[in-house]
Amino acid sequence: MIAIVDYGAGNPVSVKKALDWLGQECAITADPKCVATADRIVLPGVGHFAATENLGRSGLQDAIVTAIACATPFLGICVGMQWMFAHSQEAPQTSGLGIFGGECEHFPSAVKSPHVGWNQLELSTNSPLFHGIPSESFAYFSHSFRVPMTEETVAACEYGGKFSAAVERDRLFGVQFHPEKSGDVGLTVLRNFCTL
Amino acid sequence: MLTKRIIACLDVDAGRVVKGVQFVNLRDAGDPAELANTHSEAGADEVVLLDISAAHQNRTTLLDTVSRTARQLFIPFTVGGGIRTLDDAAAVFAAGADKVSINSAALADPSLITRIAERFGSQAVVVAIDAKCSGNAQQWQAFTRGGRNASGVDAVAWARHAQSCGAGEILLTSMDRDGTASGFDCDLTRAVADSVRIPVIASGGAGDADHFVEVFRDGHADAALAASIFHYGVGRLADLKEKLRSEGIPVRLPC
Repeated sequence: MIAIVDYGAGNPVSVKKALDWLGQECAITADPKCVATADRIVLPGVGHFAATENLGRSGLQDAIVTAIACATPFLGICVGMQWMFAHSQEAPQTSGLGIFGGECEHFPSAVKSPHVGWNQLELSTNSPLFHGIPSESFAYFSHSFRVPMTEETVAACEYGGKFSAAVERDRLFGVQFHPEKSGDVGLTVLRNFCTL
Repeated sequence: MLTKRIIACLDVDAGRVVKGVQFVNLRDAGDPAELANTHSEAGADEVVLLDISAAHQNRTTLLDTVSRTARQLFIPFTVGGGIRTLDDAAAVFAAGADKVSINSAALADPSLITRIAERFGSQAVVVAIDAKCSGNAQQWQAFTRGGRNASGVDAVAWARHAQSCGAGEILLTSMDRDGTASGFDCDLTRAVADSVRIPVIASGGAGDADHFVEVFRDGHADAALAASIFHYGVGRLADLKEKLRSEGIPVRLPC
């Protein structure tokens, strides 16, 4: 069973709809026990970085830490990806999980923010998450803050300079775009995650 | 590169897609769920569903339509029409919408924008502005209630205020051009797009591919919305995107 973590922000319904479409057994849950014992975990996210504080308060963060220590595949989407980093300029007082180094940053003032729309993925490695997806494919983005390029970047995107569209370490994945809203490309990313 | 978006709009009345010319003369154009899917497969970058009869109709019909439409749509999906409260918005999100479009209620109480944005994020709040030239060139007034009431508020100033309240995008409809197929109002679109930092979706007046080229190039629009030209097979989305690409405007093409 795939746990879609509900921490009171954004709309996990869209992610569930896409996983249902792919025929995956999944449930939206705010129960730490369900998260800790799930086969896979998806952390959806739209909205403000500070909303992730709910994860710490509700015990969901501990459940996620426990699960990923046992190698449970984990996918963070948008703010869910940003939360895998230690900090964000969006909410300097809020701590992320800190799995990845670096800080989420604002876009430079030369470009409009938020970055909303379809942009291209520059794929550089053989990430299992992007199996079957050609480089330069389009995905749907909607965010005001971004993850800089890191050594663990597996997909880059260009908007006011390059940033991380996806990061990966072992069975931990983060995507800045919305796979549940990125048509066939996004559904392929989700299917790849479900068959790791 | 970030592409310019082409958004298909479904104007819905009592669960059926209709399209009027300057807000009247409705013609039946089909089932919203089917049409949304057709547009998505044809290459639309987003779908917007506007409940044009919201003021007088049963909301249950709308929520059912939203839910049916959202079930198999995996591109961004915006729903508007008759959303007056945070609870109205929450019900539409729960039915599967990614964004809500609010108009009259936001003008009456701009804090509605903030309240929805705080709970669902700014990216989920589209403020729709129906604007009409007020007689003087380069001046437009915002109208409410489906274009029936003049608000007395300047459309550009309202767009800036909506942004400061937490709006994530502006859906800007030219009432002067809506349904005329004579081209988008590029002056209006540019006036708003150049005064805000959030994306502006141009609407009203799409008739042919050149109109889209103009509104992206001269109107500085981030996205353009059209309804009727796509519904009756008059305009093929693939042809429109190919035309835009040949004019040097970045668009999403199927891989």
